[in-house]
Amino acid sequence: MGKPKIAFFDFTSCEGCQIEFTNYGDEATLELLKHVELVEFREAMTETTDGPIDIALVEGSFTRDADRDRLLEIRRRARYVIAYGACACTGGVNALKNHQDDFSEYVYGDDSVMPHLESGTARPISAAIEVDYEVRGCPMSKDELLLVISNLLHGTEHVVPSHPVCVECKRRETICRYDEGDHCMGQVARAGCGAPCPADGIPCEACRGFVDEPNIRALEKVLMERAGFSQKRAVGKSRMFTANLRS
Amino acid sequence: MKTTASVNIDVHHLTRVEGHGNIRVNMTNGVVERCEWQVPEAPRFFEAMVRGRHYSEVARITSRICGICSIGHTLASVKATEAALGIEVTEQTKKLRRLLKHAENFDSHVLHVYVLVAPDLLGAPSVFPLVETHGEVVACALRLKRLAHEWGSMIGGRTTHPTTVVPGGFTKLPTVAEVTVMRDRLLEAVPDLAATLATVRALAPNIPAFKRPTEYMAVTSDEEYGLYDGYIQTILPDGDRARYEVADYRSCTNEYVVPQSTAKFTRNRLNSYAAGALARFNVNYDRLHPEAKEVAGSLGISPICTNPYMNSVAQVVEIVHSAYESLHLMDELIADGIADEPLVAPTKAGTGASAVEVPRGILFHEYTYGEDGFCTGADCIIPTGQNHANIQADFTALLPWLIGAGKNENEMRLAFEMLVRAYDPCISCSTHYLDVEFVR
Repeated sequence: MGKPKIAFFDFTSCEGCQIEFTNYGDEATLELLKHVELVEFREAMTETTDGPIDIALVEGSFTRDADRDRLLEIRRRARYVIAYGACACTGGVNALKNHQDDFSEYVYGDDSVMPHLESGTARPISAAIEVDYEVRGCPMSKDELLLVISNLLHGTEHVVPSHPVCVECKRRETICRYDEGDHCMGQVARAGCGAPCPADGIPCEACRGFVDEPNIRALEKVLMERAGFSQKRAVGKSRMFTANLRS
Repeated sequence: MKTTASVNIDVHHLTRVEGHGNIRVNMTNGVVERCEWQVPEAPRFFEAMVRGRHYSEVARITSRICGICSIGHTLASVKATEAALGIEVTEQTKKLRRLLKHAENFDSHVLHVYVLVAPDLLGAPSVFPLVETHGEVVACALRLKRLAHEWGSMIGGRTTHPTTVVPGGFTKLPTVAEVTVMRDRLLEAVPDLAATLATVRALAPNIPAFKRPTEYMAVTSDEEYGLYDGYIQTILPDGDRARYEVADYRSCTNEYVVPQSTAKFTRNRLNSYAAGALARFNVNYDRLHPEAKEVAGSLGISPICTNPYMNSVAQVVEIVHSAYESLHLMDELIADGIADEPLVAPTKAGTGASAVEVPRGILFHEYTYGEDGFCTGADCIIPTGQNHANIQADFTALLPWLIGAGKNENEMRLAFEMLVRAYDPCISCSTHYLDVEFVR
């Protein structure tokens, strides 16, 4: 049997998750290439394929109806579809505009009525096709992506964590941002990243989305009572990467 | 000029560039019907999305404009916010940010030269088949890539959307011990740099000899090569220079709409200008590290170079410059120590602009904040947006040059693709949408 065929596809995004893939450097890239065959990766290679794919890695959110056909075609050809990065999994920061109605006029002025500037609601790719696995985060955790691919190659079921980021901060003994006079969303943010941001001195902004059944009202209350935020700022903050996950 | 019966080039979603771009060239019986560079990337509206956001969040959102240049976007964003809020950061902060900027330039240039450009010059469709045929070149590229990623992460927390860089300074500082380890690793990479130069030198004859003089724009500083900070300077092919203050960036970018298209172009003294490594090289050559100047000489590039394909060679010169300048900065940090400094607080509210050189060229951010610290307006002008008009002008000149050189259609297609790739365009940014439509 040949090596499993892996292909990368990109939609509306900054392509930073593809860059994270290049950040494996000599450490993991050459090893990975021993086990898989890259058949399509527009950002790094000219070769393309229209044949079957074992694992399709999709980056970016779904913002235009025109993207739906491309996604359906990827789904048709791929045995597994992995959405990777916040944009593909939740819509990411692209969804911030979903709560605005003048974004086009603000950026393009009188030109905003032109048809090619159309941009609909920014959605996760699961709004268009069925997704088998998600590697969340902005950027995605490259170690987690390797783990998901490794599990697929070994036939092991990948377990996606649903505990909050606070657990991972406690594990690495990071001082709570609230104790530092800051704010944080780690209480309701989905873990799996290893909580690098609070360890680097900045709050968790839930770029991996929320835990199952998050208590958003309590989050806003904590942001107001413990961080001293106005209600406007507490509501805005809690939507940073998660604008799509609720009304 | 020879007349070629027909040319039909249609490259949909050009590969080995960041973001989506199309090349369309049609010529029938020697008459050019279409010769255009199109950008169909979905718009993303960052300037609208940061409105209503607290100043502490803005750089974290706008760093997501681009995954490759996210260090540069973060630096441009925090510098503009600092200008708007009257924050003057410390010398240590500036030094660490310069070191971080060098890491990004080194990282991005290594990726571009080795992974995106070298396959064209080696006659390969991508870097992956080169693992078999040129294993040591690929391994060298990956080693340098990893080094740059870890060097940037040491200061920025991570290189894709850095965490530690915030208005007023850094939330976490590297230790002197970490800087010392990184300095030693960078020194150890010098043989890999020499191997890079040897590779580029061997491939240089495959670079097309096309030339088209244009205006070049870059950040310039009186003290150094001006990647992180300075004023705006442009140079014409005859050596004539002009200087602009960063706050007046609109007066030299001049975004405008082309009558026969929906494109926003930029122009200054000529109808288009170039940004990027070649522009920086042409504008700031005198301030290059001596080692980088020597490398430039050995690679056959000197100012004012008007061959746009040579941008990739200018990137190699900058890789060497960033390595040696960074060794110097690391030596200073090791000698002086790294002090634990609190973030500098805002002193006012208002509007502030900044310019930073990202790998692809000069980048402008501008924000306005209210008294409550919330953003009320934003403007970002990205390098690739500034280069689109220049790429189009190159296209218009390149087609007759290729016909004159007797190239066939496949050779022409490759020449057009290589031209776009030489600019290292970063189209996914799409803060300003462009759709270039020239129909003749």
